[in-house]
Amino acid sequence: MASFSFGMKLQGLALGLASRFAAHPLVRKYGLAKPAEKIAYISTKKGFQLIQKGLAKKSQGNKNGIKALPSPPPLFDLTLTDEQQMIRDSVKSFAEHNIRPLALAADEQAKLPESLLQDSQELGLNYFSIPESLGGAGQLSPMTSVLVAEDLAWADFSLAFAILASTSVTNTISRWGNKTQQALWLPKFCTETNFNAAIALQEPQPLFNSDLLTTRAKQSRKGYILSGIKSLVPLAGQAELYLVAAQFKGKNELFLVPAKAKGVSFTSTPAMGLRSAEVGTLKLDKVILDKDALLGSGNAQYKQFNYQQFIDSSHLSWCAMAIGCCQSALDYLIPYVNERFAFGEPISHRQSVAFMIANMKIEIESMRLLVWKAASRFERGEDFHRNAFLAHHLCMEKSMEIGTNAVQLLGGHGFTKEHPAERWYRDLRVLSIINGGLQL
Amino acid sequence: MIYLEVPKKLRTLVDQARQTADHVFRPISRKYDRAEHDYPIELDMFAAIMDGMNDALEDGGAGSGKLRQGKKDNSQIQNGINMTTVLGLAELCRGDVGLSLTMPRQGLGNAAIAAVANDEQLARFGNKWAAMAITEPGCGSDSAAVRTSAIKDGDDYIINGEKIFVTAGERADAVVVWATVDKDLGKAAIKSFVVEKGTPGMEVTRLEKKLGIKASDTASISFNDCRVPRANLLGSEEVNADKGFSGVMQTFDNTRPVVAAMAVGVATASIERTKELLKEQGIDIDYKRPAKLGSQLTAEVYRMEAELEAARLLTIKAAWMADNGQPNSIEASISKAKAGRVANDITLKCVELLGTVGYCEDELLEKWARDSKILDIFEGTQQIQQLIIARRLLDKSSSELK
Repeated sequence: MASFSFGMKLQGLALGLASRFAAHPLVRKYGLAKPAEKIAYISTKKGFQLIQKGLAKKSQGNKNGIKALPSPPPLFDLTLTDEQQMIRDSVKSFAEHNIRPLALAADEQAKLPESLLQDSQELGLNYFSIPESLGGAGQLSPMTSVLVAEDLAWADFSLAFAILASTSVTNTISRWGNKTQQALWLPKFCTETNFNAAIALQEPQPLFNSDLLTTRAKQSRKGYILSGIKSLVPLAGQAELYLVAAQFKGKNELFLVPAKAKGVSFTSTPAMGLRSAEVGTLKLDKVILDKDALLGSGNAQYKQFNYQQFIDSSHLSWCAMAIGCCQSALDYLIPYVNERFAFGEPISHRQSVAFMIANMKIEIESMRLLVWKAASRFERGEDFHRNAFLAHHLCMEKSMEIGTNAVQLLGGHGFTKEHPAERWYRDLRVLSIINGGLQL
Repeated sequence: MIYLEVPKKLRTLVDQARQTADHVFRPISRKYDRAEHDYPIELDMFAAIMDGMNDALEDGGAGSGKLRQGKKDNSQIQNGINMTTVLGLAELCRGDVGLSLTMPRQGLGNAAIAAVANDEQLARFGNKWAAMAITEPGCGSDSAAVRTSAIKDGDDYIINGEKIFVTAGERADAVVVWATVDKDLGKAAIKSFVVEKGTPGMEVTRLEKKLGIKASDTASISFNDCRVPRANLLGSEEVNADKGFSGVMQTFDNTRPVVAAMAVGVATASIERTKELLKEQGIDIDYKRPAKLGSQLTAEVYRMEAELEAARLLTIKAAWMADNGQPNSIEASISKAKAGRVANDITLKCVELLGTVGYCEDELLEKWARDSKILDIFEGTQQIQQLIIARRLLDKSSSELK
């Protein structure tokens, strides 16, 4: 690559010279421009072909004589793999038939539908990421995860959050847990009986910053002692395992905390939205944990827990859910504005209405591309912090705007529980609140 | 397989375009912003380099003159001419939009020729620099209302009328003129004709003085009994209510992402420079703290970067679809709507953030903020794009959703 970029610099210099040469009055005067342009054409063509050939050779040279499977050149591509398409189809169908019909009542009652978590096990989301040796599918795929999150949330944001709570925990343990932790916890998610878990990260103070956790862990003789308060924790205290973010020795870490451990208590604290996920406050009062509680302890360098990635990927989960919610709003509004009459014609014939619909589409597409780009980079092991940061920023602004406009387009009806828009309005606010809590 | 990066095989081209922006366009950017209507002679040399680059590319190169819809082939993904053009042009416009618009042989007329010309016409006009003449004093966005007429006379057509806002109209070798062959038959009767420079009856009557893109000439052209051979009519001669107008409109599916790419380019320039200037003031845009925990200023930069990234990806997506033979009307309009408004917003906001440094001519920021406005207007205004998108989504005709 070094020689290549040096070549580029030379070409840049030459371009600058060529340009100054072209503008020189003498060049014009003596008719030198045309022949010089011809030379420029030929030398550029040759040079350019050489660079291309060099690139082609370099990529072949990597093989060292060992015949590897031909990997396709990385081309810009928006096509899902067959597997992703299949997963999408089944999740979408489950979402439509098994989640959406429950959403209204679940929100009204602020209650998780009884068998939802058990039923959604049939999608296999929880053991998707778990290593094959432990009974899972061994497929940790951030890209597929954002597709799943979008499709679940298309049916209902809050219930999707509840369903993905455990999946987020298995994903995290599969990615960063050490051998002991994986063997201890992951098989529990692969059995017939439902095993619930959730991540606990948010803290109930204004200006909460996930980099400055007030939940602290101290080293004890046999392990750790954990204290702090976590908010917006889903599943009504039914989780059997919590992944709790805490500061330890000046670093942000995750601790595996069994719900039964002494000093752990859950209180219901309903919020503006996400009501059916039954969020609450998790209190950790000098919880005593054994030495295996620190996620990824003793891991080799390459597998060490990466808090920044954990946070970034969590943002992408939320973003993907917001996109699903916004898409369902758009899908709902299109027939509505076509059927709703005012002044003798459908309100969709008014630009003020039609343009709001157009803008929803534009921004949903925008959000999706930013999230896909970040998630696919994460999947390939490339740096994706900036991408996730910007994706979150965009999704926060645009999805909340769509949530607001969805109610507005329905007018007074949108303000009532006759339509789901008021629920989207409340649920989507979480995008500006969260800072972690899920995991691709 | 989802992969949303610049493809490896095009990175050389993108780098090359970037170098051009830095070493060819930027140094003369202010010069031609001040000397409106002077021809940037430096570009002849550059055009030759560009042709060399294009012809060296395996799959036929890039540029307006090569744009066409790819063939649908499920077995293999293409990153072809449409993508190459948007990626290259975004980089060039990071250098200068006005100069990019006045690059020989890269006119919008070339895109129209590439899209609909037959082989014989391609051979005659393929290497000519062609401008596009649609707008008239009495019709802009409503391009179906053109009054310029083309009356058949033996083997010729006789064109009469007045065209305005013809980009590169004075410098180009030919102009693609939209005219109606029969005013009573409505938009189906609108055809496009290639009129070569020097054809009797065609005259450039004035050059506009503009807010921005001053390096690019914007001409008014009048046609008085201008006789062109019928072999210069692009597309089918027959007036067909189903196909006629939509045929000419189809060019836009390929050219709108190109204009979107220009918008992405100029917005990139503004953000890059703004970040450099902020850095000198000790303000680092480091993506470390959530925006709401930082300053208003950094939050604004994050917002602009996110919007720009969205515009960039939407643009590449629309081009990718064209390359792969997927119908992309709605995506082309989405990219144009988003990129147009985002670029205008970003370039203006950067001026605002930087105070007199942004506002004065020592920096190019104020120029970019003037240049960007046109990108939300030509090739379909913001509002036209929104109409197109809304009509498609809501399944409405242009008489229902006006």
